[in-house]
Amino acid sequence: MPTRPEVVEQDSSAELAGLDALDTPTLEARPPWWKRFSTSVLPPIVALVLIVVVWQIVWASAVLPEYRLPAPVAVWDEFVDIVSSGRIWSILWTSVSRAILGFALGLVIATPLGLLVAKVKVVRSAIGPLLSGLQSLPSVAWVPAAVLWFGLSNGTIYFVVLLGSVPSIANGLVAGIDQIPPILPRAGTVLGARGLAAARHVLLPAALPGYLAGCKQGWAFSWRSLMAAEIIAAGPALGVGLGAYLKDGSDYNDIAAVFSAIILILVVGIAIELLVFRPVERRVLRSRGLALT
Amino acid sequence: MDQARRARVSVEVSGVAKTFGVGAAAVTALRDIDLKVGHGEFVCLLGASGCGKSTLLNLLAGLDSPTSGTVDVAAARPSFMFQDAALMPWLTAARNVELALQLAGQGRAERRERAAELLSLVRLDGVGDKRPHELSGGMRQRVSLARALAAATASTEHGEPGLLLMDEPFAALDAITRDVLQGELLRVWEATGTTVVFVTHDVREAVRLAQRVVLLSSRPGTVVREWTVAEHGPELHDEITGRLRQVISAHAA
Repeated sequence: MPTRPEVVEQDSSAELAGLDALDTPTLEARPPWWKRFSTSVLPPIVALVLIVVVWQIVWASAVLPEYRLPAPVAVWDEFVDIVSSGRIWSILWTSVSRAILGFALGLVIATPLGLLVAKVKVVRSAIGPLLSGLQSLPSVAWVPAAVLWFGLSNGTIYFVVLLGSVPSIANGLVAGIDQIPPILPRAGTVLGARGLAAARHVLLPAALPGYLAGCKQGWAFSWRSLMAAEIIAAGPALGVGLGAYLKDGSDYNDIAAVFSAIILILVVGIAIELLVFRPVERRVLRSRGLALT
Repeated sequence: MDQARRARVSVEVSGVAKTFGVGAAAVTALRDIDLKVGHGEFVCLLGASGCGKSTLLNLLAGLDSPTSGTVDVAAARPSFMFQDAALMPWLTAARNVELALQLAGQGRAERRERAAELLSLVRLDGVGDKRPHELSGGMRQRVSLARALAAATASTEHGEPGLLLMDEPFAALDAITRDVLQGELLRVWEATGTTVVFVTHDVREAVRLAQRVVLLSSRPGTVVREWTVAEHGPELHDEITGRLRQVISAHAA
C-alpha cells in the first residue's frame, strides 16, 4: 500500500452510526385502522346514505311522475328480482368478461406501441399527436363505423373497446418513460445495462407509476366504451350485458330497471378500481416513497 | 513497492482531444490530455467549471470516444459514481447493489452474499432491506459506493483491481457528512485496493483524498500541473489554490 502523508484515518464507525441515526428520514407510521376507517371508509358511506335519503324525499314529494323517478325501494325490488332469478350473473359476466378481455388485448397492443413512441423519435413525431388526439375522441363515435364494418358482432364491441383503451395505456407509458429522471438510465448504462437488459431492469420499472396511471385510465375508457357499444349495438348475437339490460329497460319504459342498470355499471367500475388498481398502485408508489396517505 | 505498483497501469490516456460539434460551432472540451493512473492509485482531477472533467470521466468509462488520441483502460468495466446516488427507487438497498452483479451475470446466491459483504464494508449492515427513500443522503451515497464497488469487482480478472470513477460524489452532501464520507472512502479504498479517479472542484477534498492531484485548465481542458501529495507539506493546499486561481483569472478577458 502506498504511503500516505496524512495521519491514518481514525476509526469513524461510531461517528458514522451517529450521523445515520440523526439523518435517517422519519417516516410517518400508518394510522390505526379505526382512523383510516373513519377518514376513508365512513365518508363515502355517509354520502351514499344521504343521496338515498334525498332521493326518497324527492320521490315522496311527487314532483316527478313515477315513470320518470322510481322509488328507491322499486329499484331495490328490481335488483332483488334479477339477483334471485340469477339473471344478474349472466349480465355481469357478459359485460365484465368482455371488458377484461378487451382491456387485456389493449395492454398487449398498447405496451409495445407506447415503448416505440417513447423511444423512437420518428414514430413519436409520426403518431404521437394522433395518439393524444384519439384520447379526446369519444370512442362511442366509432360505433356506427364499427357496425358497418363488423356487423352486430363481438368484433364491433372489441373494436370500440380497443380504440378507447389503447391510446390511454400507450400515452400513460410514454408519459411514464418521459418522466424518468435521466440519471437512472445513465446509472443503468454504467452498470452495464444495454438494450433489453436496460429496458427490463431500468426503463420499465422506472416508468411503472406512469404506466399504471395509464392502465387505470385505459380501464375506465374501456368500460365506458363497452357500455356505449352495448347500448347502441344490441342484437341477438351479442347476448345481454349491462348495456343491453339498460337499453331494454328504456325500451320497455321500465325506469326501475334503468336505474338498477346504471347503478350496476357504476358499481362494477368502482369495484374494479378499488379491488384491482388501487391496491396495485398503492403498493408500487409506497415502495418508492411516493404514496400519499 | 510503490514503484512496482505504479509500473502496472490502470488507465493510460495519451494525446486525447475531444471536440463537440463541427465547424464554427465546435467546442473543444479537452486538448492534449496525457494521464497515467497506476494500479490501486487514487488520483484527483481538479478544476473549475468547464474544464472537461466529466467529459474525461465519460471517456474513461467508455461512454464516449475521443476525437483524437487513445484511451486505454485495464479494467473490464470501470464503474461510476455520480453526485446523485442514482439508486433505483423501486429496489431495496441490497437489491440495488445486487443489480450491478446481476448485470455482470452472477448467480443469485453468489450476488446476495457479495452484496451483504459490500454493504457491511460501507458500514450499512442491517439496512439492506430499506428502500432508498428511507435512507439519509449520506447512507444513499454509501449504498451507491457499494454498488459501484460491486460493479468494479464483478468482472475482475486475475487480480486486476477495479477502476472507480467518481464525479464529485460528495458535492451534494452537507459538510459534516462529506467530511465523514471522505474518511470512509479512504478506508474502503485501502481495504479494497481499487484504483480511483476522483473529480472535484474542492482543493481541500483533493489534497485530503488523493495521492496525486492533477489540475486541469478550463475551455479547453488540459493538464496544467500535477502534484504528488506525499512530496509536499501542509503548504500544498495554498499552492494548488493559487495555481487554480491563476487558471481561472486567465478567463477574465
